[in-house]
Amino acid sequence: MTVTAPPKPDHKSPMAGWQGFHSGLWQTSINVRDFIQQNYLPYDGDDAFLAPATARTQAIWKTLQDLFVEERRKGVLDVSQIPSSITAHAPGYIDRANELIVGLQTEQPLKRAIMPNGGFRMIASALKAYGYEVDPHVAEAFTKYRKTHNEGVFDAYTADVRRCRSSHILTGLPDAYGRGRIIGDYRRVALYGVNRLLEHKEDEKRSLDTAHSTDDIIRDREELSEQIRALKELRKMAESYGFDISRPAATAQEAVQWLYFGYLAGVKEQNGAAMSLGRTSTFLDVYFERDLAAGVLTEERAQEIIDDFVIKLRIVRFLRTPEYDELFAGDPTWVTESIGGMGDDGRSLVTKTSFRVLHTLSNLGPAPEPNLTIWYSPNLPDGFRRFAAKVAIDTSSLQFESDEIMRRAWGDDGAIACCVSPMLVGKQMQFFGARANLAKCLLYAINGGRDEISGAQVGPALPPVTGDTLDFADVLEKFERMMDWLARVYVNAMNIIHYMHDKYAYERLEMALHDYAPLRTMAFGMAGMSVVADSLSAIKHAKVSVVRDSNGLVTDYRTEGTFPQFGNNDNRVDQLAVWLVSTFMNKLRKYPTYRNALHTQSILTITSNVVYGKATGNTPDGRRQGEPFAPGANPMHGRDSHGIHAAAASVAKIPYRDAADGISLTASLLPEGLGRIEEDRITNLTAMLDAFFSTTGYHMNVNVLNREVLIDAMDHPEKYPSLTIRVSGYAVNFVRLTREQQMDVISRTFHGVSHG
Amino acid sequence: MADGQTAEQTPLAARSPYELRVNLGVGVPESDVRNALATGDMGFLHSFTTGSTVDGPGVRVVAWTSGCMWRCLYCHNPDTWTMSNGIPVTIANAAAELRKYRRGLAVMSGGFTLSGGEPLMQHRFAVKLFAEAKAMKVHTALDTNGYYGDRLSDAELETIDLVLLDIKAWDNERHRRLTGMDIGPTLDFARRLAARRRPVWLRFVLVPGLTDDPEEVAQIASFVGTLGNVERVDVLPFHQLGQYKWARLGLDYQLGDTRPPSSELVERTCAIFRAAGLKAY
Repeated sequence: MTVTAPPKPDHKSPMAGWQGFHSGLWQTSINVRDFIQQNYLPYDGDDAFLAPATARTQAIWKTLQDLFVEERRKGVLDVSQIPSSITAHAPGYIDRANELIVGLQTEQPLKRAIMPNGGFRMIASALKAYGYEVDPHVAEAFTKYRKTHNEGVFDAYTADVRRCRSSHILTGLPDAYGRGRIIGDYRRVALYGVNRLLEHKEDEKRSLDTAHSTDDIIRDREELSEQIRALKELRKMAESYGFDISRPAATAQEAVQWLYFGYLAGVKEQNGAAMSLGRTSTFLDVYFERDLAAGVLTEERAQEIIDDFVIKLRIVRFLRTPEYDELFAGDPTWVTESIGGMGDDGRSLVTKTSFRVLHTLSNLGPAPEPNLTIWYSPNLPDGFRRFAAKVAIDTSSLQFESDEIMRRAWGDDGAIACCVSPMLVGKQMQFFGARANLAKCLLYAINGGRDEISGAQVGPALPPVTGDTLDFADVLEKFERMMDWLARVYVNAMNIIHYMHDKYAYERLEMALHDYAPLRTMAFGMAGMSVVADSLSAIKHAKVSVVRDSNGLVTDYRTEGTFPQFGNNDNRVDQLAVWLVSTFMNKLRKYPTYRNALHTQSILTITSNVVYGKATGNTPDGRRQGEPFAPGANPMHGRDSHGIHAAAASVAKIPYRDAADGISLTASLLPEGLGRIEEDRITNLTAMLDAFFSTTGYHMNVNVLNREVLIDAMDHPEKYPSLTIRVSGYAVNFVRLTREQQMDVISRTFHGVSHG
Repeated sequence: MADGQTAEQTPLAARSPYELRVNLGVGVPESDVRNALATGDMGFLHSFTTGSTVDGPGVRVVAWTSGCMWRCLYCHNPDTWTMSNGIPVTIANAAAELRKYRRGLAVMSGGFTLSGGEPLMQHRFAVKLFAEAKAMKVHTALDTNGYYGDRLSDAELETIDLVLLDIKAWDNERHRRLTGMDIGPTLDFARRLAARRRPVWLRFVLVPGLTDDPEEVAQIASFVGTLGNVERVDVLPFHQLGQYKWARLGLDYQLGDTRPPSSELVERTCAIFRAAGLKAY
C-alpha cells in the first residue's frame, strides 16, 4: 500500500507535536484528562479491523522466549550489580535493527538490577539465592555510607510490630521491598515533553517560596527538587538512546516511545511490588488516529508498535528474595493497564487502541503482564464487551472492574495500581500496606491475645473465652477489642514504613509525574475475610465447642449443627462479612496516619492466602491448621455451592466505601459452564459481567479453564509454558507457582459443572 | 418441615451439585406429604444452583425436584428418583430465594428452570412456582419427560415460557427398556405443545451403543421437525459423573463400561437433526 509522505513535523517548534489536536485547558496547564476528552475518538465497532502479528514481531518475541526458558531454569537470567538509577546503565536492546520501541532496564534484556535504597540485606539474600557473590563496593556503600529504607524502618519499629510480624498476624509489609502502588502519569512525557514538565515543577517549587518552613513544607521542597533532578535524568536517559524527549511527541510511535521512556525511568529507579502503567491506551489512540488519518500509519504498523510496547512491558524484571516470591508468586510486576471505561459525559472511552492492547494476547500469546484490566460498565459498546469476554475465555488473562463504582468515587481518568486499587492518575498515590490476618485476630480474641500455634502472648492479655462453648455475643465483644489493638499496631507500622520510604527510597521520577500535592491514601488490607465470616456464622447459628491443649489454649473446635456459609447469597452470613469489613475499617480510621493520608482498605491477598493459611491454626468454621485462606474476598473453597451468580452476589455486598482500596473476586469457570458453543459462551460471560457490574459488584478475575488442564500442567509444566491464570488480583504463569500454590488454585470451586 | 430447619433457613445447602442426597425428607409426616402434593404449597427439592447456561436461554437459576417415575438406564442423578430424598421447601421460601436473583436474571436474559427428577410429579407445586416467577417477571422453563403433561391445564401451560422436552428413544419397546415407561404420553404432550405453539427445546441424551442408532435418531428428528415449535435441539453427550450414585444407592448400573460419545458421533447426530430442518448443538 502506498503511503503519502507526511509533512515533516517542524521539530524546532515545540508545538509541532500538537498539530491537529483540538485546543483546550490541556494546553495551558498540565491536564492530560482534558486532552483526552477534547481529542479522543470513541470506537463502538468490533475486532474485525485488528492486524495479526508480523514476522518482525514474532521474531523478536521468539528471541525472548528462548531467553525465558533459560531464565526459568536458572531463576534469574543475569544480574547487574551497578546500583540502579535512571542513568546508571548503558542503553540495551533486544534486536536493535528491528525494535520499534526501545529501552531496557539494564544493558541486556532480562538482566536484573539491584536497587539498594530499599534495603541492602535483601539484595544480599537475593544474590546469594541465585548464586551470585555480592560486590564488596556495593556492600560497603550501602552498609557504611548510605542508610536504606529497611534499616530506617527497623530502627523505628516497636516491639509489638515486631511480634506481629513474626507471628504472622501482619505479614508482607513493605519494610523489606519497594512499596510500589504509585503510578506516574507517563502520558505527560508524550504530551508535553520533559522541558515543559520541568518548567511546571519549577513553578510548583517556586510557589512554596513564600510558605512558612514547617516540616511538611521543607520536605515538599526537597521532594520537588528531587523530582526536578529525576526529570533531567529522564531526558538524559532518552538521549543515550538517541531521542530528544524535551519536546512533545509528534507521531504515534514517538508518543508510545516517550510514554515508555517515562515508565522505564520509573522501573530503573524503583522496584515497587506494583509498578503499574496507568490508563494509557485511550490517550495513545489519539496519536494513532492522527497518524492513520494522515496516511502515515497502517493498521499493521499500529499493531506492531503496540506489540513492541507490550513486549517491553512483559520483560520488566526485579531481583527478589525467596520470601518475597512466596507472598507474590510468579515474578509479578503488576504493569497494570486500565482499558475502556466511560467518561463523565456519558461517552465510552473505548478506542481502537483498547482493542489493540487486548489483541497482544493473541499476537504474542497469553501472559500475566501487562496486567490487562477492563474498566467495565454495561454501558460500554457491545463490540468491545463481547471482544473482552472472548479474550477472557480464550486466555484467562483479564480482570474486570466496576467503572460505575470507581468513576463515581474518583473520576473518569483513574487507573488501577496493582490489582484492584484505583486512583486518579497523576493526582493520587497510595501508601501500600499489604494485609492483616483477621482470622488469626479472631483466634487471638478467643485466646486472650495468645498465639494459637506458639502459645506466645502476642496480643494484649485481654480475657480469653472461658467455658466449653463459644457464645456469639461474647466472641464478638472480644473480637472487637482485639481488632482495636491490631488496627492500632497496623497503623503504627504503616506510618513508620512510609515515613522511612519517603526518606530513604523516594520515588523521584514517578512523583515528578504527579501534581503537587497528590491525594495520599493509606492502603490497609484484610486477609481471611470468608474464614472469619463462616467462623462467626458457625458460632452464631450452630454450636461450637472449644478443644483446649494442656496449657488451656484453645487449639481446635467441634461444631454441631449446620450454619450458612459465605458465598451462597445468604444474608445470615454475608452480613457478618460486611460487619467485619466495616468494623475493621472504622477501627483503622481512629488512628492518625503519616502525612494525613486517607485510610482505605482492600480485600485482596495476592498469594499470601497460602502463606497466612500456613501460619494460622484451626478455625471455628472447620478450616484446618495450615489450609490456605480463600484468595481476596472469595468464599472459602467449595463452600459456595449455589453457582456463580450466588457467589458473586455475596461478594457484591462488601461495601466499597469501607474497602476503597478494592475488593477482589477470582472466578474459575469451566468452558462448558458458559454455554455449549463459542458464541453462547461469549454472550453468557458478557451477560454475567453486565449483571455483576450493574449492581454493586466491584471486581472479577475471570478464569475459564478445566481443572484437568491445571492438574496436567502441574505434572507437565513443559507442555504449558504460557498457561496463564488469574489469582487474587493478578495473572500468573501457572507453571511458575509453587506446588502448594498450584494445589490451592486447583482446590478452588469451579463453577459450571453441568448438572441436568 | 424436616428436623432442624427453621422457616428462614435456606434449605438447600450442598457441597456440590453432584452430592448424593438421600433421606433428607424422610422426617416429614405422611399427611404433610399428601397435603403438599394436593395443594402445591410445599415441594421436595434435591438442590438448586445459579449461573447455569445449559438449562435454557441465558444465565439461569435452576432447581431440581426430587421424585421421578422413570428409571432411565443412563440417569446421572438416581438419588432424584425418590421424593423423600429431597428437602421440603415451601413455596414462600422458594419464591423468596428466586427473588434475590430477579434483577440479575433480567440483565442476563435468563430466567428460572425447574428440572429434576420429574417436576410434574409435583405439578401443583410446579404450577405455583411458575406463577410466582411470572409475577416477578422472570422467564420460566420446565425440563420434563412430558409423561404427566396432561396434568397441566392450558392456562397453566401459558405460565411456562419454554418447555425443555426430553425424548429418549423412538421405538416404544426400546423406550420401555431404556426408561421403564411408554413413549406415548410424551409424544402426545409434544403434539399438544405444538398445537398451542408453545416454545420447545428438545433434549436428547446420546449414549453410545444405547441411543445412537441413526435410524432411531432420524425418526425422532423427523417427528420433531414437523412440529413447528421446536426452536432448538440439544444433543447431550452421556457422561459418567453420576456413576458413583448408583453404587452408593445399591442400584444395578448397566452402563459402567459405556464411554462418552466422541465428538464425531455428537456431530453426526446433530447433523441428523439439522437434516430435518432443526437447529442442533
